[in-house]
Amino acid sequence: MTLNTLWFIFIAILYTGFFVLEGFDFGVGILLPFLGKNDLQRRTIINTIGPHWDGNEVWLITAGGATFAAFPNWYATMFSGFYIPLFLLLIGLIIRGVAFEFRGKDDNPRWRNLWDWCLFTGSLVPTILFPIAFSNMVRGVPIDANMQYVGGFFNLLNPYALLAALAVALLILLHGASFLSIKTTGEIEQKAKELVRWLWLLVVLMLVIFLVTSFIITGVLQRLNVLSILFPVLGVLAVLVAGYFLRKGHFGRAFLMTCLTIVFVIFTIFTFLYPRVMVSSLNPDWSLTIQNAASSARTLRLMTIVTLIFLPIVLLYQAWTYWIFRKRITNDAGKLTY
Amino acid sequence: MDVLLLARIQFAITIIYHFFFVPLTLGLSLVVAILETIYVSSGKEIYKQLTKFWGKLLLINFAMGVVTGIVQEFQFGMSWSEYSRFVGDIFGAPLAIEALVAFFLESTFLGVWIFGWDKLSKGLHVTTMWLVAIGSHISAIWILIANAFMQHPVGYTITDGRAELTNFSQVIFNLPIFSHYPHVFSAGLVTVAFFMLGISAYHLLRHNEIDLFKPSFRIAAIIGVIGTIMVGVIGHTQGQEINQTQPMKLASLEALFNTENPASLSIITIKNPFTDELVLDLRIPGALSFMEYNRFTGEVKGINQLQAQYEGQYGAGDYVPPPVITYWSFRSMVGAGLLMILISLVALFIDLRDLYEKYPWFLKLLPFAIALPYLANTTGWILTEVGRFPWVVYGLVKLEAGVSKAVTSGMLLTSLIGFILVYGLLISTTVYLMLKFAKAGPAGALEVPEEFTPSIVNPPESQ
Repeated sequence: MTLNTLWFIFIAILYTGFFVLEGFDFGVGILLPFLGKNDLQRRTIINTIGPHWDGNEVWLITAGGATFAAFPNWYATMFSGFYIPLFLLLIGLIIRGVAFEFRGKDDNPRWRNLWDWCLFTGSLVPTILFPIAFSNMVRGVPIDANMQYVGGFFNLLNPYALLAALAVALLILLHGASFLSIKTTGEIEQKAKELVRWLWLLVVLMLVIFLVTSFIITGVLQRLNVLSILFPVLGVLAVLVAGYFLRKGHFGRAFLMTCLTIVFVIFTIFTFLYPRVMVSSLNPDWSLTIQNAASSARTLRLMTIVTLIFLPIVLLYQAWTYWIFRKRITNDAGKLTY
Repeated sequence: MDVLLLARIQFAITIIYHFFFVPLTLGLSLVVAILETIYVSSGKEIYKQLTKFWGKLLLINFAMGVVTGIVQEFQFGMSWSEYSRFVGDIFGAPLAIEALVAFFLESTFLGVWIFGWDKLSKGLHVTTMWLVAIGSHISAIWILIANAFMQHPVGYTITDGRAELTNFSQVIFNLPIFSHYPHVFSAGLVTVAFFMLGISAYHLLRHNEIDLFKPSFRIAAIIGVIGTIMVGVIGHTQGQEINQTQPMKLASLEALFNTENPASLSIITIKNPFTDELVLDLRIPGALSFMEYNRFTGEVKGINQLQAQYEGQYGAGDYVPPPVITYWSFRSMVGAGLLMILISLVALFIDLRDLYEKYPWFLKLLPFAIALPYLANTTGWILTEVGRFPWVVYGLVKLEAGVSKAVTSGMLLTSLIGFILVYGLLISTTVYLMLKFAKAGPAGALEVPEEFTPSIVNPPESQ
């Protein structure tokens, strides 16, 4: 395997880590105003993700930094081309990040309500924008011969991208609701479980439609390989198994399956992309690829060494934090931190 | 307005805003780690209260640093994509390593620290704060390594129109990093010292919880004396380094229009912007040579000669950073720095002699002195960055060659207005909360019940 392919896989892994981990805390953030009827319930919901959200978000920062280091042209074309969506993403992440810290610092109900809605908005915006960005990258966007994005903002809001946004947003909601169902007790737990059962069928439906559409729209049918069939099939399989566990009442296992579903959906997108990183809709030769977008072999080698040492360490200590905070959060005001 | 100007304004505003929070995080995370270490090793409850009180202010500050930091990482690609293409092979690596090695560490363990008071042993809990502090500093080092490449590019070769890495250890051990990190480190100490002095003085004046704020005041005064003197000494060596790496920056900040040997140090220089005539120019003969070479002779090049030299070297163009900005930001930084040395010494003296009751006016002054480190931190970076004009990467990429091509002025205007609005609302909120909790004192910090037993019950899998 070449270094460039390896780095394509690393970037895929970093985004996968981001979607699986931050995915459930985005889902929880979106559900917050609807599942939390009073302040105490909302605090309980926020406390389920309180210790983790910041560490989860670093997966995105690292994915961004790693793209810059390994594929500077990808980073440059994507970030300048998707300027307005990324600006909206940043505003979302900003109001969300401070909401966690600010919400509990005043007792005024209006103050708390304001930050609850910031948390909601800041969770919803990325949940919609990321699938729009990635579906466009694989579908193809106007990129000229000089690697410059020449489309506008509304170019990105095509039916395929909106379908991706809807399918992924539902999946993230299911993911977040399953997380809540294993991290809370009482009324919230019951409501989360109800929601999970209700959402599941919708997710299966939308996911299948999205994956089938992807096969048609991305032109992957002309260059099928084992992985581009395997990953979508596994994705659908994982969400079906999640349904089985839901029926049996094994919500913890169902959550693991929604994790896997997200993993395979991301892998599917990246497999469809490979060996390109951003497809040009104007001329296939103008697409950014793992070759023409990449850094020098020296930099890739250096970054490989750093990543192979530190990524496992990060995984270990993040896993440890999930072990430390593995207990359910109860509706007991005295026991909540946020 | 044109894209370049808007992109510059946006970068300036967002980076200045971001760096408002960074030095306090660097200093305060260390102080909180030290306070908790004292609590763990001595078992004294008072240090636990101090840890929680200063820790709460750290958290508010930290959150702002995190969310404004993401903007910076994205902005290179968003508004400076051509710069990113040119330097990505070198500049991307420190940013990625920063995220992977440092940012994961600080963010993950801060979450554990906040929520882990009853879930971890005391020793493990204080370790998490140390990891947060260490993570913040490693983070600062990598960011400064990236910045050092912009100030003084090394370890690269130009291939296919971009800079490619040839020697990573040269990039890491780049000359500016040896003064920039110590400078930022000690600026962090100074910032936390004045932050703590101001808040402690406020409470001591009102006789609130004296047993808590006297130790805080003492710790802050000691850190203040060490930090302010350190920053001065390092700043001096940095001036000499700038003479080697960016002589134009030096000439500009000294308003030295023509080469001199021995070179004079400007006390005050004012130029009429319309006629270009010097209105006032008070200088100490030979003093600038002394600052640069530690002796009273030695040539320091002037703006006019350097401009001519660069035109020959890089072609026609303006190579003079606006002296009004560099000159006055340098003097604001140094002026604030000298004042802070004095204030720290007086504060330490007052504490050692227990003269709190005797000089209430000094204590009344201290809350306002919190502004001084912020003034110095901000003007220091303005000097460093504006002084690099017209280069994004010194000698390699000019500003206009770095800005994004796919971005229109309409987009930049939208985001600029958006950031100004959101950042404006957030700074008001942050100041409001800081004031609220600083004034409330430790009692306020303990509103949240500190001992909460593990929330029950069944591990996730059992239903």
